[in-house]
Amino acid sequence: MHGRPRKASNPEDEEASAAKAVKLRVLQSQFMSNHHDKMYNSLFFCYRNLMIGSVSFRLLIICCLLDVLGFWASSYTKEAIELSTKLLEINPEAYTAWNYRKLAVEDTLSRIESDPDLFKSVLDEELRVVESALKQNFKSYGAWHHRKWVLSKGHSSTGNELQLLDKFQRLDSRNFHAWNYRRFVVELTNRSKQDELQYTDDMISRDFSNYSAWHNRSVLLSSLLARNADGFVPNQKIPEEYRFVRDAIFTDEDDQSGWFYHLWLLDQTVNVETPLLTSSWPSHGSRVNLSGSGGLNDSSSKLPSFCSESGSFPLILYFDQDVGGVSSSTVTIDSELKGNEDLVWEPVSNKSSEVSCVWVTRLKYTSTEPQKEYKVKLRIGNSPGIVSSRGCNFSSPYEFVFTAHVHDNVEGSQEGIVSWTDGFSNWDAQSVDLKSLVTFDQLNAHMDLNWRQEAIAEEIDLFRLLSDSKIGKLTLARLLVAEAMISDDAIKGVNYKEILKLYNDLMALDSSHYQYYKDEHTVALLHTVTSSTESLSRHLFQYSDMNNSVCLRLNKLSLSRIASVEKLLFVQMLDLSHNELHSTEGLEAMQLLSYLNLSHNRIRSFSALDSLRHVKQLRVLDVSHNHIGKHSVDTTRYLCSSPLSNSEWTQDEAGRQMPSLATKYWDAYFVLRDLNLKQLDISGNVIAGDEFSSFVTQVVPKLVWLDGQKVRS
Amino acid sequence: MSDLPPYPPLDPSTYDLIIVGTGVSESVLSAAASSSGSSVLHLDPNPFYGSHFASLSLPDLTSFLHSISVSPLPPPPPSNAHDFLSVDLVHRSLYSSVEISSFEPEILEEHSRSFNVDLCGPRVIFCADESINLMLKSGANNYVEFKSIDASFVGDSSGELRNVPDSRAAIFKDKSLALLEKNQLMKFFKLVQAHLASSTESDEATVPISEQDMESPFVDFLAKMRLPPKIKSIILYAIAMLDYDQDNTETCRHLLRTKEGIDRLALYITSMGRFSNALGALIYPIYGQGELAQAFCRRAAVKGCIYVLRMPITALLLDKASESIVETGGCKGVRLASGQEIFSQKLILDPCITVGLESFASLTDQQRETLRVLVPKAMSSKGKVARGICIIRGSVKAGVSNALVVYPPKSLFPEQPTAIRVLQLGSGLAVCPPGMHVLYLSTLCDNDDQGKTALLSAMSILIGPQVPEKLQSDSVIENDSAEAKPVVLWRALYVQELVKGEFGGNISSASSPDGNLNYNELVESALRLYEQFMGSEELFKEETSRENTAEEENDGAVEIED
Repeated sequence: MHGRPRKASNPEDEEASAAKAVKLRVLQSQFMSNHHDKMYNSLFFCYRNLMIGSVSFRLLIICCLLDVLGFWASSYTKEAIELSTKLLEINPEAYTAWNYRKLAVEDTLSRIESDPDLFKSVLDEELRVVESALKQNFKSYGAWHHRKWVLSKGHSSTGNELQLLDKFQRLDSRNFHAWNYRRFVVELTNRSKQDELQYTDDMISRDFSNYSAWHNRSVLLSSLLARNADGFVPNQKIPEEYRFVRDAIFTDEDDQSGWFYHLWLLDQTVNVETPLLTSSWPSHGSRVNLSGSGGLNDSSSKLPSFCSESGSFPLILYFDQDVGGVSSSTVTIDSELKGNEDLVWEPVSNKSSEVSCVWVTRLKYTSTEPQKEYKVKLRIGNSPGIVSSRGCNFSSPYEFVFTAHVHDNVEGSQEGIVSWTDGFSNWDAQSVDLKSLVTFDQLNAHMDLNWRQEAIAEEIDLFRLLSDSKIGKLTLARLLVAEAMISDDAIKGVNYKEILKLYNDLMALDSSHYQYYKDEHTVALLHTVTSSTESLSRHLFQYSDMNNSVCLRLNKLSLSRIASVEKLLFVQMLDLSHNELHSTEGLEAMQLLSYLNLSHNRIRSFSALDSLRHVKQLRVLDVSHNHIGKHSVDTTRYLCSSPLSNSEWTQDEAGRQMPSLATKYWDAYFVLRDLNLKQLDISGNVIAGDEFSSFVTQVVPKLVWLDGQKVRS
Repeated sequence: MSDLPPYPPLDPSTYDLIIVGTGVSESVLSAAASSSGSSVLHLDPNPFYGSHFASLSLPDLTSFLHSISVSPLPPPPPSNAHDFLSVDLVHRSLYSSVEISSFEPEILEEHSRSFNVDLCGPRVIFCADESINLMLKSGANNYVEFKSIDASFVGDSSGELRNVPDSRAAIFKDKSLALLEKNQLMKFFKLVQAHLASSTESDEATVPISEQDMESPFVDFLAKMRLPPKIKSIILYAIAMLDYDQDNTETCRHLLRTKEGIDRLALYITSMGRFSNALGALIYPIYGQGELAQAFCRRAAVKGCIYVLRMPITALLLDKASESIVETGGCKGVRLASGQEIFSQKLILDPCITVGLESFASLTDQQRETLRVLVPKAMSSKGKVARGICIIRGSVKAGVSNALVVYPPKSLFPEQPTAIRVLQLGSGLAVCPPGMHVLYLSTLCDNDDQGKTALLSAMSILIGPQVPEKLQSDSVIENDSAEAKPVVLWRALYVQELVKGEFGGNISSASSPDGNLNYNELVESALRLYEQFMGSEELFKEETSRENTAEEENDGAVEIED
């Protein structure tokens, strides 16, 4: 079935299909003569006119007529049912005919409720019809669905179902209809999962190129492992499965079905289903310097400080996967800061308003009582409610403490321009304990690491043997990443060197997947940068103009995506210039970010900056020398040229007056209107020009600097 | 045979072609010649079809192997001054060192009707064999049913039988191969497949295997592909089915070139999955190999060929006049054991028919040339094949009934010069009663002792003590424990001479069973003979029959069809 070329039709086939057409025609005229008196005349007329159409089209019409009949006639005649049988045996794709049968069966059953034998015989007839329809086309959705429907009535014996399935799965072992139906029957008959697992064994040994069988195996195993069914403990089963799938991969490394299963196993090895808190800002035991707008007057302080005009600062929780249910009841805060009783937690995500791996709330503070230290204590997960998108509870309560140090408020706000070119001096690594800012990797204490490390180490040794193939290299790289995730720093350093090299090789070898390898390379590179205080501090600089702000400079690294953000939550000033970024996705977690340099990247439109809308603190944005405006429509996200193009609105959904050019620069409008920018650089983009500049000044009223020019004083 | 009633005379008495012996090549020829419209008389001295390819009961097999020279020929009738010369023929036996022992005669007696034992075993058919194509082409497939050989193994002196990883699924399941070996083996198969695909697709510009490699020895090519010795040996002896030790240039009579090796792998690969209900590459005819020759004979009979069994020929009739030899080739016909003289200018004779040396001496040079192919050759040059048959209770591998086992050269003992092949067949193929199996063994040899030693060592590895314990003898016990070795009930060992078919103008000699596992070389030589006799007339044209295409559920029988 799969990959086999379709046979050219031979004269016999053509003869057969001609015969089929004749048969259909007879069926239809029979149908008509039986029911013409009941038909709407107009429909009948329509039908007559359509007699000249193709066989399948006429079939469609007959189905419509059946539908009308079922809808309109209050009873279902025997002839009509028999006709639908014949019809379905010729063409099982006639959905309407299936529906008609359903209605007819329901009707019959309602009248014979008292007689279980009759009940059964009616349903058995349905099963027979489905079976002969499936013989015609065993991939018919309608037929399988009808069978499910009949079985779910609960009056038919399910004994023959698995046998029937065996027959169809022998015809095509990857037929996903049959696999779906199999899962349904197994559920219905309470067949043991172990037996089903054995069945996937058999199917795989018959032909291991069977995605469906491997997939079903992963589904069954997850459920058996989750239930801890006897003998199904991860530390034994997962290594066993590695041994099993290895045979398939080594036998034919070009067959992808095994690789997918291997990838799933790897995921099972390094990840646990229960969500975990990866990092937070402020981190445990840290000291946060807070001040009002204008920042600290004590510029000699080397401590990074956070200043806010609104008198509040963000509290960020970063989980290892998307979770929902973060609220003031699941996260309790003991704080000496007043007015923080009913905190609202918000997910920071473009995709969903329910779940996210980043959650943020804002703690209020006042600088009326200067030089005071406040202790804040967070307890997460003491009461249930934080649930991962897969439905797992956050089950390991965690608490952390930090101190907030509120400083004097200084009058006069900073209006100077941020140049990004000078004013940087090397970060004095000794001055501040970086560890107080960053939560560096801790191994997950709840994981039984031994068997995981052993399993992965064994896989790595084996896959080095296949490392002359593309997929071998890729898997090796993934395994090394996995090993790094569950190992200490020494192994990490060694692994990441090799990972970077593997991805470099892959980029050269396989240009059609270049972007994927590039992204993975970037992830690995960012992991290396953020893996230790030493490596991170090499990229940290002090920026003299802004109260000695700390700037993280990740420029000229040919980064293609954002990663490792969980370790960079403290960053307020970020230089990502001269990279290969397409989008800012991921940056939304950096809620403290105020200054961002994205110049000389590959951003193609303002839509790619969408995630920045969540960064409420952002004041300075440099997107100069990108590709904005080069491609008018970001087709990856919208189907039409502009969501505003054919509207007569003059107000947006928030009731704000829209500027005149909003329909033209709609993508810029949607992003910029939510940003509170003071400085924006867009020069070097196709979009830049007088018209766009005037548009920007309308949309961003607080803007002071545009492309290095003062907009208003 | 002397009790039989006198033979009725045959009518007509003149034919286009007379064939003596109903072996596979003779039967193919008679079917082909009859289909093309020739009148053919097909004779066999034996009371059964198949000659040296027959499947027989144990007593018939015993007497056939022991018949050193066929029944004393009746004295020729006085030569009544004809215009032809009669040359007496001698039937000699192809078999030597025949050794038959029965360990439990009562049990065998009880089931005597259930045995169909091959004379030419071990022999199987590859699904993609030329013989299968020929059967389909001729319509002979209507008379035979096949079943799959379930498994093939490679054995060694430890007694362990390892599966031959001959397909993707088999490589995947194999527990004895290391991961990297699996990888290398599969890569090699893929290379062969890619080569086959590209060489069938028109231009040979991008053939994966270079011309230079194709001409090099196959064993060197395998080494070049970095295949480990274990896998090399599996490919050479259990897939390409070679006989001689390819690593030993002294004893190797046939060093296979890569080209031939790829052809053999191609046969194996295309055989797998040619027929949807065949499990692997190999199939076997139900009721034994004798069915094959018989099927072609039946096809020939349908096309008008006349069959007479139990009819030896006693003499050849040659032209006296030397001038007419130029036209007719000198051959006039044969004299039957009944005394009747039958005329045909073309003769194909069973390989065991020869001319007595004393009568040969009295012939003219021209007549000697006519009879060239009937002169016995010097034995040593032709080579021999040692064959063994064992009736066993139980199976050599638990849970497997029909299986092929190969012992590559040197695998059983260091001096083992050639591969030993063993075929086990069960009652499912209607060759023996339930609970028993027939085991066929063969190996090529230079002399009888060498061959028998090799076969005996294979038997001692596969089968338990040869004298069974009396305790078990009264009931047929299923071999339920994996460790228990099967018990031998009956055994035959014999050495068969290898005679190649030869075209000799008007009188030709057919091939004896060869030392191979399949019929390919035999069929090939039969087709060559046909070409020489009939010219380039197309073989079995328009014969393809579709009589048997009705779909039905069968008990594992392999439906062979186009």
